[in-house]
Amino acid sequence: MASQQGFTHGINLDALNRTQQKMDIKAETICLQTSALNLFYGEKQALRNVDISLPAKRVSAFIGPSGCGKSTLLRCFNRMNDLVDSCRIEGSITLDGSDINDKKVDVANLRRRVGMVFQKPNPFPKTIYENVAYGLRLQGVKNRRLIDERVEKSLHGAALWEEVKDRLHDSALGLSGGQQQRLVIARAIAIEPEVLLLDEPASALDPISTLKIEELINELKDNYTIIIVTHNMQQAARVSDYTAFMYMGELIEFGDTDTIFTNPGKKQTEDYITGRYG
Amino acid sequence: METRGHHISHKFDAELEDVRNRVLAMGGLVEQQILQAITSLAEGDTKLAEVVIDNDIKVNSAEVAIDEECTHIIARRQPAASDLRLLIAVIKTITDLERIGDQAERIARMSQRLAQFERPKNQYGELKHIGELVAQMVHDALDAFARMDAEAAVNVARQDLKVDQEYDGVMRQALTFMMEDPRAITRMLDVMWTARAIERIGDHAKNICEYVIYLVMGKDVRHTGIEKMGGEIKR
Repeated sequence: MASQQGFTHGINLDALNRTQQKMDIKAETICLQTSALNLFYGEKQALRNVDISLPAKRVSAFIGPSGCGKSTLLRCFNRMNDLVDSCRIEGSITLDGSDINDKKVDVANLRRRVGMVFQKPNPFPKTIYENVAYGLRLQGVKNRRLIDERVEKSLHGAALWEEVKDRLHDSALGLSGGQQQRLVIARAIAIEPEVLLLDEPASALDPISTLKIEELINELKDNYTIIIVTHNMQQAARVSDYTAFMYMGELIEFGDTDTIFTNPGKKQTEDYITGRYG
Repeated sequence: METRGHHISHKFDAELEDVRNRVLAMGGLVEQQILQAITSLAEGDTKLAEVVIDNDIKVNSAEVAIDEECTHIIARRQPAASDLRLLIAVIKTITDLERIGDQAERIARMSQRLAQFERPKNQYGELKHIGELVAQMVHDALDAFARMDAEAAVNVARQDLKVDQEYDGVMRQALTFMMEDPRAITRMLDVMWTARAIERIGDHAKNICEYVIYLVMGKDVRHTGIEKMGGEIKR
């Protein structure tokens, strides 16, 4: 428009009118859902009546003090708690609508759909290439070219390719902590899961490696449902779309991250994220 | 208002407390500036007006210092929830306080000019009246801030309507004088500018009330009108 000639940048009304996209849980497709979930380790109850619906292709963060049950809840989603003898679960957990604790469910298959990355990077004492190819070989994939392609794609996906492409056949143990953690993520995504569970994925890493992992999480959420447990509240604020606050085995509050960090609904949440005594 | 617990970090508590205290101190200074400016106007006291004009620099430097402190706290502590809202509310409040200070200085300058003219019988009683009204608004707005009282903030904001009405009255009266006696136009223009400055102080006080509501409730009630504002805090 002629009237705008005097302005250096013109008048971009679109930019002014654009409001920040607000996360709305009601508009989401739900991937994982628990209802009336109670979990006991022997006599001790670790989860109390947890009802939570986790949206697909979003990042949800679980925060809360140590022992609040956030890791326990995370481990329910791929039945890692099955490995604990005294563990007993009541209530239901569904993945895309079907019960994951059903007797007919093949646990190995479930864990293929729901991948997990732990606090300490745990690469196998093999080459970088073999670490990523491992899951595929386990599935019985033999086609060399397919494996090559998938390894490269996964390493790209985990933002590690450029750093390791010339040393794919070196030992994975020679990588730095941050690289090892991204390798483990590459290994997890090589078998194309739906959900990625991240249990404190960056707590053993330096700040730069941490930022790389966070950047990676942001890229991965286009294709995966990501659930992250973190002690670092700023990290939860930076990477997640939704945040759940847990305390003493109960889910206190679950909502979009912007609201949780600026105007939480519950006093307990407020006290925790501002660092006050309960 | 439920009581807020203490931070695990005592230093963080102390820092936030310090910021709050400095805002209140700045507010006290600004309030004094308004009252002295109004007194100098009503009594034709040009010396007092000079004091007000000189003191504006103190208001300005308070704004800069508090802003800087807020920046440091944000950088070091990454505050969240009510702590974050406190700092955002403070940063906005001191901007309005500084502008109130500017208006007080303007009133002082006008009072120096008006002192040179013949004085009306009522010694600018109507301006003094609105002036005291807005000074009280500023006082009560800061009081609501200190006590984190959203309801009180709405009540203070409501006072702005009264200020606006009184302002309209002064403007109409001034116009009448100007039409009756064109020789009074110069003086009456100064009266109008003074009234305008006082009225603006009421607007800034209302803004501060909106920040108090944001601080306490986490709701942004700017540009929503007083009725909506009152409705929000009941929810």
